[in-house]
Amino acid sequence: MAESTDRQGFLSRCRTWIDERFPWTDTVDRHATKYYAPRNFNVWYVFGALSFFVLLLQLVTGVWLTMSYEPTGEGAFASIEYTMREVDFGWLIRYLHSTGASAFFVVVYIHMFRGFAYGSYRKPRELIWLIGMGIYLVLMAEGFFGYLLPWGNMSYWGAQVIVSLVGAIPFFGPDLMEWVRGDFVMSEITLNRFFALHVFALPGALVVLVFVHIVALHHVGSNNPDGIEIKSKKDENGVPLDGIPFHPYYTVHDFLAIVVFLIVFCAVVFYAPEMFGYFIEKPNFEIANPISTPEHIAPVWYYTPFYAMLRAATFPLFGIDAKFWGLVVMAGAILIPAALPWLDKSPVRSIRYKGRISKLMLALFVTSFIVLGYLGTIPPSAFATLLAQIGTIVYFSYFLLMPWYTRREKTKPVPDRVTG
Amino acid sequence: MIRTLKGIAIAISCVAGALVLAATDSSWEMEPMKPDLDDVASLQRGLALYANFCIGCHSLQYQRYERTANDLGDIPEDLMLDNIIFSGQAIGDYMTTSMSQEDAEVWFGMAPPDLTMVTRVRSPKWVYNFLKTFYRDDSRTYGVNNKVFPNVGMPHVLLPLQGITEEVCYGYQSIEILDRLLEFDAAAAEGNEESLDRMQGREPNCPEIRTLPGSGLYDEEQFDQAAFDLANFLHYVSDPTRQERKALGTYVLAFLFILLVLAYFLNREYWKDIHNRKSN
Repeated sequence: MAESTDRQGFLSRCRTWIDERFPWTDTVDRHATKYYAPRNFNVWYVFGALSFFVLLLQLVTGVWLTMSYEPTGEGAFASIEYTMREVDFGWLIRYLHSTGASAFFVVVYIHMFRGFAYGSYRKPRELIWLIGMGIYLVLMAEGFFGYLLPWGNMSYWGAQVIVSLVGAIPFFGPDLMEWVRGDFVMSEITLNRFFALHVFALPGALVVLVFVHIVALHHVGSNNPDGIEIKSKKDENGVPLDGIPFHPYYTVHDFLAIVVFLIVFCAVVFYAPEMFGYFIEKPNFEIANPISTPEHIAPVWYYTPFYAMLRAATFPLFGIDAKFWGLVVMAGAILIPAALPWLDKSPVRSIRYKGRISKLMLALFVTSFIVLGYLGTIPPSAFATLLAQIGTIVYFSYFLLMPWYTRREKTKPVPDRVTG
Repeated sequence: MIRTLKGIAIAISCVAGALVLAATDSSWEMEPMKPDLDDVASLQRGLALYANFCIGCHSLQYQRYERTANDLGDIPEDLMLDNIIFSGQAIGDYMTTSMSQEDAEVWFGMAPPDLTMVTRVRSPKWVYNFLKTFYRDDSRTYGVNNKVFPNVGMPHVLLPLQGITEEVCYGYQSIEILDRLLEFDAAAAEGNEESLDRMQGREPNCPEIRTLPGSGLYDEEQFDQAAFDLANFLHYVSDPTRQERKALGTYVLAFLFILLVLAYFLNREYWKDIHNRKSN
């Protein structure tokens, strides 16, 4: 007994020592034990924590991969095989990282979908949303640069196709393309700069943006499936009536989610790391070959909705090549969700209380995204192009018609307190 | 939310159905082949075949002899050195060909590709069918052609085992009249004479390959087994950690399921407070 009191005394003295020098207790209180989150979070709300978990996984596995990676045209491909075959558990680290890249997009896309559905972008969370969009853009760039590093034939040609899009920009295109590549063709110079961006610049930016995203979130408080502010109803101590401390309630919740996630994730890593060519494409087991194009070049699945939209632009306009308009459509499709806080004019936030048109539009939007995603993986055909054009129109309609349909439709009354 | 998700599911299945109907088929029908990495004898036979017939041209540049020996039933080092390594390499060396790149380019036009990961780029089934579908074609440089890889630039190295093979043809390929007419019109409109010539000619329909009896060392069944063993061995080489990965995966998943039970009860225990508070 006396021993345990002594130990407590020691730990408490340690904490005091730290608190006098660093706001440890204050930080833990503010962001965990006294951060009040709505008590009605549902399953869609675990994907933020999962995104954070996958980020950590990618950072850690990335560090280990870098230890055996050689960023040269001669050595890159062989160094990956060296890692896979001769480094102890190198195959595991590599598959965790390659599967982690796809998992990152799975959880981020679902995390974003949750934001779409429950209006998490609405005032006062516009900035959280914009920072989130920043994370998404950096993540896309990170994935793109990382995909070149194995120096497989699909790495090479995939990057070649995307970089050549820059060349479609009128006037500056060709010079800009050369500047991006650092060479007249995709080469070791391109590989070196992509490596620097992938392992240093962009992960740094990601960590900073994720930190700011969470700081902003904890400042305004979380939204919830009902889309109502829990801060408007507080008890005598200033604690929201519908709020519960993030720790321990949501930490145990998120821990459970992480275990479920890991079961699915590890099933892929250990039994189907290539995921039938969707996570690691077949031509990427062949070394990059500038004179042999893969039969069918397709980006990794997480870019394919945008790739399908790029290919859907098939006609020139104002005397400028269709390829340029494809680039405009693709960039527009990636960036347009950033405008959501100002496009949504509904008096309610959550899809639960929005009208039928909003529900229909959200369903159409998700359908178009998934169908476009599939179309981006298959070779072009007249039918697929037509379908991609329809999909593109549906995708943009969700956003561009939003001010009209959210204002016009009849919404349901929003409850005073959270439900469920 | 649930209704929205149901709507999404129905819409996607409709589109998927339409796309399946629009899909096209491939020309040569490949025989099925399911690799078996637990069949160590097959893998060892595959290694022996590779050492005798393939490594003269095709390297396995990311795979070491020693690892192969260890993985394929702990083959003793002296056995490997006497029967598999003919190039004077050490047991710890990579399994590379002794033919120089420069010579290969002169002799074949291009250096024969490395095959370490051929089954990951293609598939074990593709390799199996490729090995089985060489046939006599006097118009080709090496006197043979291949059904799975038409106009392949290599000789039929397994010919002594398989024997002489020939195509079996039945009349001409059926023509999709409408497709052919549309193609013909398009070519005519463009004035593309080469396409027009090709389209007016008819292509023979040769869906089978026949081996001349007694011309090879193996009968058909034995050769099928040899092709299987080689494809099976290359499947092992393409990812030698596959078996270890799957075995470890079982333990990892078992651990995670136990953790899941603990995490579930931990979560339930804490959330009791909240559920009780709500019902009060």
